[in-house]
Amino acid sequence: MSSPIRVLLAKVGLDGHDRGVKVVARTLRDAGMDVIYTGLHRTPEEVVYSAIQEDVDVLGISLLSGAHMTICPKIMKLLKEQGAEDTIVVVGGVVPDEDVAPLKEMGVKELLLQDTPPNQIVETLENLVAERGPR
Amino acid sequence: MNAPTDSKQLAALQEQLELWEKNEVDTFLRKQHEREEQFQTLGGFPVKRTYTALDIADTPLEDIGLPGQYPFTRGPYPTMYRSRFWTMRQIAGFGTGEDTNNRFKYLISQGQTGLSTDFDMPTLMGYDSDHAMSEGEVGREGVAVDTLADMEALFDGIDLENISVSMTINPTAWILLAMYVVLAQERGNDLNKLSGTIQADILKEYMAQKEYIYPIAPSVRIVRDCITYCAENMKRYNPINISGYHISEAGSSPIHEVAFTMANAVTYVEEVLKTGMDVDAFAPRLAFYFVCQSDFFEEIAKFRAARRVWAKIMKQRFGAKKPESMRLRFHCQTAAASLTKPQYKVNVMRTTLQALAAVLGGAQSLHTNGMDEAFAIPTEEAMKIALRTQQVIADETGIASVIDPLGGSYFLENLTTEYEKTIFEILDEVQERGGTIKLIEEGWFQKHISDFAYETALRKQSGQKPVIGVNKYVETEEDVDIETHPYDPTTAERQIERLNHVRKTRDEAKLQALLEELVTVAKDETRNIMPVTIELVRAGASMGDIVEKLKTVWGTYRENPVF
Repeated sequence: MSSPIRVLLAKVGLDGHDRGVKVVARTLRDAGMDVIYTGLHRTPEEVVYSAIQEDVDVLGISLLSGAHMTICPKIMKLLKEQGAEDTIVVVGGVVPDEDVAPLKEMGVKELLLQDTPPNQIVETLENLVAERGPR
Repeated sequence: MNAPTDSKQLAALQEQLELWEKNEVDTFLRKQHEREEQFQTLGGFPVKRTYTALDIADTPLEDIGLPGQYPFTRGPYPTMYRSRFWTMRQIAGFGTGEDTNNRFKYLISQGQTGLSTDFDMPTLMGYDSDHAMSEGEVGREGVAVDTLADMEALFDGIDLENISVSMTINPTAWILLAMYVVLAQERGNDLNKLSGTIQADILKEYMAQKEYIYPIAPSVRIVRDCITYCAENMKRYNPINISGYHISEAGSSPIHEVAFTMANAVTYVEEVLKTGMDVDAFAPRLAFYFVCQSDFFEEIAKFRAARRVWAKIMKQRFGAKKPESMRLRFHCQTAAASLTKPQYKVNVMRTTLQALAAVLGGAQSLHTNGMDEAFAIPTEEAMKIALRTQQVIADETGIASVIDPLGGSYFLENLTTEYEKTIFEILDEVQERGGTIKLIEEGWFQKHISDFAYETALRKQSGQKPVIGVNKYVETEEDVDIETHPYDPTTAERQIERLNHVRKTRDEAKLQALLEELVTVAKDETRNIMPVTIELVRAGASMGDIVEKLKTVWGTYRENPVF
């Protein structure tokens, strides 16, 4: 049996909305994944450092403050600089439709926005990790 | 009241009810089952097939009472909306002071009767607009305020003695209150004529909304200082808005929303009493804020029970003498978390029904959400429709002509009493487990909130909790023609320019002396932090100057998340 998928869930910046990220944390944990949640108000540097230290498959960033176009590019750049660009980055929260394409272009693999059913989140992550293959 | 109250009549009713179940109901059930085995409210209270006088037999008539009389179940005032409609208070805030000032003036021109201000994340968290943590956030989710100069722009041309102004602000509330005081003084206003509210409910931040800076003890002390300062200097001003709204939005059930709010309220009262202030000197200005969710009767029962519970707590536990200390007044907002992105126009109907429940529940002021809030902060057009929703309820339905028109409903009175009982049980449990602050530190409230949020997500997934457009009547291909509120990319630049101008023109030596005085006051828990803060903002101190200085005294709070 393969080892469980490792996920780091992160809240970056000043945004304190943590209802969604906690539901996701519990959903993924109940689905058998290893879940680490950073807690609130982290910097992009802290998050990327943890993702590398914890050797996670997936980095999930939760953002409901509208600051995603400021924060996501920083995280993607830091991952690349640290040679960790094979980390699968997924964004959840509130993101306007017009920002979806630019986020994917910068390397965000998937956006799981409000009202995504829990089982669909599990499925998406499993598929993304399978697509990436073993590392 | 003509309800059968003697045991003979009740026994006859009981018999009639049993026969009805056995005959009429049973015949129907053989033909067709009911939709559910067991119906329940959104908050999980079981709901019976129908309610009769038997269900209110245990509720003393004096607990139902009359409007404006203890225990205020039916409303805080004896005439309610017959004298004056609730305050229609749409929240607004984005960009700089000037930007939001324009929206305020528009809303006033459309018949809005109170102002409510949303601040951006840096202002809420005490960072100046040019701090690294503020990048991408300046003026985005609310208006940016760094210094008094921003407050001057925000309220330009608005007569503060003639409109009530609510400010949604928590860990930095006392600084904005200080700015408001100085602004009023500069204009020659009488502080005792100002009406309005700062939210300043820090305990629910640790529980739910998560906007905090300092550890709990100094944060509660700041709240205490706001309450005592206002009691002595601003007689008509509400120094706190004890809020369930954010507890609910973070995922809690309605019963936990109201019970946890009461637990927080009790804690604040206890803290102020420790200063030696008489309960009747400050309790009349304690205000509340609840959400109105989608379960119609449950929400109305929640509001009625909250009033009854608060009245009993203030009278019995704290020995309040004035009726004003016992009557709970609340602002209400419809539930943002109930809004959907798919088929977003349906949000107007959701909001209408929630607003109706808020009015039937006796709210003092109301914000109705914009239909586009699942996308971004609302546009002017969305806010207008939301405001019109309230105006239709007020002017066209006739429900404001009678006070508590649902009072006496067997179901509603029963649910109100169930709510009251459960709230007191939860408050007892909180006390037995060591009190509100200890339980916040242990994550006890947070766990209850996240449990219910998780259950709600699963119920939506299974369809057990229907959400139109999301898990029922879904349209696979939706043409979304929505214009959302645009973010002006020049906001941060404009904001920082003003901040730098203030920094250049202020008396730096005076400011530094005042910051040292702030440290002295902060270290002496018996002193009130308001007067020195007022002098600081008058001298051009920014929010960041004050907040960072106090971090050197108190440190910061970091939660241990539970899920």
